[in-house]
Amino acid sequence: MRITPLRKMAVLMAASALALTACGGTEEESGSSANANEIKVGILHSLSGTMAISEVTVHNSELMAIEEINAKGGVLGKKIVPVIEDGASDWPTFAEKARKLIRSDKVATVFGGWTSASRKAMLPVFEQEKGLLWYPVQYEGLESSPNIFYTGATTNQQIIPGLDYLKSEGKKKIFLVGSDYVFPRTANKIIKAYAEANGLEVLGEEYTPLGHTEYGTLVSKVMAAKPDAVFNTLNGDSNVAFFKQFKAAGGSAKTLPVLSVSIAEEEVGGIGVDNIVGQPVAWNYYQTTEGDVNTKFVEAFKAKYGADKVTSDPMEAGYNAVYLWAAAVEKAGSTDVEAVKKAADGIALDLPEGKVTIDGATQHVYKTARIGVIQPDGLIKEVWNSGEPIKPDPYLKDYPWAAGLS
Amino acid sequence: MSALTRGKALLTGKYRGYVVFVSVALLLLAVAPAALDPFRLSLLAKYLCLAIAALGIGLAWGQGGMMTLGQGVFFGLGGYAMGMHLKLTEAGDNGLPDFMTWSGVEELPAIWEPFRNPVFALAMVVVLPVVVATALGVLVFRQRVRGAYFAILSQALAAAFVIWLVGNQGLTGGTNGLTNFYDIFGMYPEEDSTKTTFYFIVVIAVGVLYLVARHIVRSRFGRLLVAIRDGEDRVRFLGYNPATVKTIVFATSAAMAGIAGALYVPVVGIISPALLGVVPSIELLVAVAIGGRFSLAGALLGGVLMNWARTTFSESMPDGWIYIQGGLFILVILVAPKGIAGLAGQIGDLVARRRALRTAPAPAPEPGVKEEVPV
Repeated sequence: MRITPLRKMAVLMAASALALTACGGTEEESGSSANANEIKVGILHSLSGTMAISEVTVHNSELMAIEEINAKGGVLGKKIVPVIEDGASDWPTFAEKARKLIRSDKVATVFGGWTSASRKAMLPVFEQEKGLLWYPVQYEGLESSPNIFYTGATTNQQIIPGLDYLKSEGKKKIFLVGSDYVFPRTANKIIKAYAEANGLEVLGEEYTPLGHTEYGTLVSKVMAAKPDAVFNTLNGDSNVAFFKQFKAAGGSAKTLPVLSVSIAEEEVGGIGVDNIVGQPVAWNYYQTTEGDVNTKFVEAFKAKYGADKVTSDPMEAGYNAVYLWAAAVEKAGSTDVEAVKKAADGIALDLPEGKVTIDGATQHVYKTARIGVIQPDGLIKEVWNSGEPIKPDPYLKDYPWAAGLS
Repeated sequence: MSALTRGKALLTGKYRGYVVFVSVALLLLAVAPAALDPFRLSLLAKYLCLAIAALGIGLAWGQGGMMTLGQGVFFGLGGYAMGMHLKLTEAGDNGLPDFMTWSGVEELPAIWEPFRNPVFALAMVVVLPVVVATALGVLVFRQRVRGAYFAILSQALAAAFVIWLVGNQGLTGGTNGLTNFYDIFGMYPEEDSTKTTFYFIVVIAVGVLYLVARHIVRSRFGRLLVAIRDGEDRVRFLGYNPATVKTIVFATSAAMAGIAGALYVPVVGIISPALLGVVPSIELLVAVAIGGRFSLAGALLGGVLMNWARTTFSESMPDGWIYIQGGLFILVILVAPKGIAGLAGQIGDLVARRRALRTAPAPAPEPGVKEEVPV
């Protein structure tokens, strides 16, 4: 049989129509599968776009936590069913998907977000729809939405301990380097206030667009200023370029320490261990953090996703979020948002980073600050910690020097 | 004349356009609000906002041959004009918009002050895009820059605009953009009635702007535009100034993008650089290509369809939707180079050709049907 263009076109059109209806069909199903023995929760991270490389790891650890809880019988005797959506590294998409999860899927809660911009875009949705979001990444503080729980560090649990560390190491002159968006800008505002109150000198403050890769000029500017340390809030790919060019210009951890707050185990491989070995980072959790809970967490993660995978702070915070929510639901005896919020206050669990307690007033968690140094094997070794979990203070109310910030 | 032939005349004759317009209007104004829940309805409103921007591209690119890859700039100007007004109403007389507080801005920048006035803000939704597009048009079209060079220039404008927005966080909200609106002209975004109201406003805007665009295309001016697209030098030799015509049309398409952006803000609740850069601008162009760039209705259809597909595919296949969407784009462009709106004509041509082949017994191969080779 000769296939004429007309026939060919008919076949192709039929095929695409089929694809369209097939997709429409699954949507209907997911909306109507409300089962009395299931609790639906949303997982909303970027699975495509520039942020996917980071967010997929958190997405994976959250799914693992759900699986573990289900294996132990679920919550309130019901199975947790994740509804997965893709935020596509696009902030309006995060808002749209969040609304879809609450409205169409009627999820009990959502675990999601990474960038501050995605959180800011989702915040009004959760407040308007009276939903509940668990946000797992360290962030710039100055926020406390009644509809969000923050399981990552706020500024007084990461940035301020980082500065305390630099000060205790005798660093007097610092240079600020960051990507141009809200987290670095707000972080640097806090750093400058801290510096003024603690006798540190800020020699310079430079921003580059997200995804920027030309750091030759910036590195020579930093070198020329001769600081004692650099405080680095660059995010994503830019770190790769920055550290390569830093090394090429003769910089090393010995001559000039660069303290980073967005580089975890996951990123070290991408940057290249050679370029960054010996440099300090500030987080609340490392793969090497001691404790049985963490050993089990790392083992389970490697067993599920591959032996070459590493665990990092945001992944752990996402994993924690699921456990903390489940504990609050058990305590409340219901998945109702208001009941869960009320029950959440004071919940304390032993999690991979140690003891984590929810502070009901701010809806943040108590976290131990840890400074680590990047090792030749790509892992991070802790060199200092705050000794006990630090009370979250997103508006820095307990720091007199920060009075003018918010 | 029987009822059947009369009915047929409605569908094929000169009234066909009216019939389609009225049916689509009924579908959007009566059927959709009844059939869709408020969340889906506001998603449809979002697709229609983007379709308005696509309509502008259909006018500039499909009719005028100006391949604009920077429509996000005008969408953004309209959106930010609206967003700034909403942020200021919420902040009150002496307050600052939320993002300025956490960006370390202590005094309201002077450029924000006039946007307090709703009339000024709404006027700026159209004025800003028109002024920028006219300035660009005068500079570029006078110099007879066209084709790929114009496309690259407009794309560079979008890239520069985004870098500027991100870099001036205290003034523009940076990467976050403007969001968290809780008072939209006295309406509250959490209420379903607000969503429905804005849906109807958007539908009416689509209808009016479509009629405006159609009027332009059907007028003498529109024919001149197509003539410029197909042979700019010839039109110049006839004594017209193509630069003026192109600038006017480019500014009109910019105004449409501005209106689209302004409507997008209350419908979706955010305006951010992520919506305005190179990629979203190209996505708008792709939508027009899919729908059919030579038809205004095709551009609208493309705008709605592409964004609908984005939502639907990503909801049902969060891991791989982007491949399906990309695959379908390639398919549509391969099968229907003139887009979906061009399909009807394409099928008509093929049917006529087959009929001609069948009626003429054993025809000698014509040069025109050579491409019909067995696959």
